[in-house]
Amino acid sequence: MTEVLSKHAVTESQEVELAHPISSKEALKAYHDMLLIRRFEERAAQLYGMGYIAGFCHLYIGQEAIAVGLQTLLKPQDTIITAYRDHGHMLCSGMDPKEVMAELTGREAGCSKGKGGSMHMFSREKNFYGGHGIVGAQVPIGTGLAFAHKYKEDKGVCLTSMGDGAANQGQVYEAYNMAALWKLPVVYVIENNGYSMGTSLRRGVAGPNLYGRGQGWGIPGEKVDGMSLLDVIAAGKRAIDHARSGKGPYILEMDTYRYRGHSMSDPATYRSKEEVEEVKLTRDPIDLFKGYMTTTLQITESQIKAIDDAIKPIVLEAVEFAKTSPEPDPSELYTDVLTEEV
Amino acid sequence: MLQSMTVREALRDGMAEEMKRDETVFLMGEEVAEYNGAYKVSQGLLDQFGAKRVIDTPITEAGFAGLGVGAAFGGLRPIVEFMTFNFSMQAIDQIINSAAKTLYMSGGQMGCPIVFRGPNGAASRVGAQHSHCFASWYAHCPGLKVISPYTAGDAKALLKAAIRDPNPVIFLENELLYGVAFDDVSMDVDDIAPIGKALVRREGKDVTITAFSIMVGKALQAAELLAEEGIEAEVIDLRTLRPLDRDTILSSVAKTNRIVSVEESWPFAGIGSEIAALMMEEGFDYLDAPCVRVTGADIPLPYAANLEALALPQVPDIVEAVKRVCYRG
Repeated sequence: MTEVLSKHAVTESQEVELAHPISSKEALKAYHDMLLIRRFEERAAQLYGMGYIAGFCHLYIGQEAIAVGLQTLLKPQDTIITAYRDHGHMLCSGMDPKEVMAELTGREAGCSKGKGGSMHMFSREKNFYGGHGIVGAQVPIGTGLAFAHKYKEDKGVCLTSMGDGAANQGQVYEAYNMAALWKLPVVYVIENNGYSMGTSLRRGVAGPNLYGRGQGWGIPGEKVDGMSLLDVIAAGKRAIDHARSGKGPYILEMDTYRYRGHSMSDPATYRSKEEVEEVKLTRDPIDLFKGYMTTTLQITESQIKAIDDAIKPIVLEAVEFAKTSPEPDPSELYTDVLTEEV
Repeated sequence: MLQSMTVREALRDGMAEEMKRDETVFLMGEEVAEYNGAYKVSQGLLDQFGAKRVIDTPITEAGFAGLGVGAAFGGLRPIVEFMTFNFSMQAIDQIINSAAKTLYMSGGQMGCPIVFRGPNGAASRVGAQHSHCFASWYAHCPGLKVISPYTAGDAKALLKAAIRDPNPVIFLENELLYGVAFDDVSMDVDDIAPIGKALVRREGKDVTITAFSIMVGKALQAAELLAEEGIEAEVIDLRTLRPLDRDTILSSVAKTNRIVSVEESWPFAGIGSEIAALMMEEGFDYLDAPCVRVTGADIPLPYAANLEALALPQVPDIVEAVKRVCYRG
């Protein structure tokens, strides 16, 4: 049986590999993507407050290193799927921020033509498969995408993200079982931000961890500092290589934190301000990586500022586009229910 | 050239022909491979197509239904067999929220070409949890197509159409029909039946009877008995429940001016309720009598032989209902 790896054991064995884990060019791109998500989400929160965005809107602020770090490892045929906290995954998969923001405001130019909203966005072109609103349901679906990779023999891997809350859903374990049984190329990424909505981990999860929950099926797992882009990349590489080589699924439990409430309608009174401030101050994924860029990669402050400056107009343009684009035409009401016969 | 075979054989042949035609079609479900199907519908398919394409799953309905949806998103054409549709309730979230709704939610990007098939409704003496008819449950949901054939020929030709369809299709079979032979099976591999078209199985001028699946047989038997009493019933085999072939029903009622719907499921919000609504909204001026529904009793299906028979629609129930709408007897 495959042993569940402890974080410690993994960290030790990977030190050599980590010596130069990322080039300056890749670092700048990753920083750009993380900051784009951060700024995009801040604006989305504003638009929500102004009434342009309605319903449920789950922000990715705090968790940026996970989606961005893993994205750097993907090949063109690889697929990604997640739940409803999906804006970050979409932006770093290369989807147009204008189309994502316009979907948030429910406009025709949105990536789902305004029919999906915050929780339901997709891009076949970018191999992003959603955007799913039922907690845990994306896990068997992602396992099915992996099944398709294996069936088509395209050497692809599916990254299937879920939150710590989803890790309590029964169908997750049904999926683990089939993925292990059939050695499907899937990496399960548990973005553990400590709270399933308002229920903290200790109130909702029995057992010591989530990464070890594949042990019964012989699925290797490890806990990763999800606030560290470099750790995410290093662990992601191990997991993806494992899956791609035909050895079957792998679980990564990303230790992360969301700065905002579960959704925009959650004031997050179940945790203290001090707890949130502590994370922002000491573990912020963007600040941490910025520090690495300047100290280790000798990237200059002005290079970093250039990225900051470049992102602002991208986001403002997305906001303006999303505010001013027309709503879907009423004639769209009954389209896209069924695929027309070919 | 039509041939006689059982519904069971016709379903298998339909799958085999489509698997031969399209490499992306595969069959998965509990006991479909090495056991050759819990009801032997997939007899021989493992030998013919191998373990890559005929896949035994663990007992894990939500899991393999969701896995099938993902595989369909990923470019394959899964046939997912539920050992019986009763167990699809474990997976109904994946069927509706994932398979049926995602195309719309994605603005038309994420088509889901998948067939969920298996026996539906009551079999014989298997009790309430194994006798559930899901026709109206699934027919309620936009984004799905729902088929429920009666004959072997339709079983094959509609299953082939379902497999080729780019949408999620619910294909409701009937265990009691599996062993029944019909001589209407086409051997032409390109013969598929149109989804969404009902079929007039028996012409008549006095009353319309709608039915689907095993109830078509009972309706035809009732029609024979009624003919002896001078009532000529037109029997419509609905074949597809979503989209419902409203035109065929309405044009029949325009002729007969009376209608009885027959189904084995519960009365509340059933297929018969939908047909009654159709009559109210679009067939009202044709009617010479209120429509009548023949349904299963509004109870969990009992085990005792006598109670089970009382709970399910029988031929005399249909005869009596027809006489009622004809103001006879």
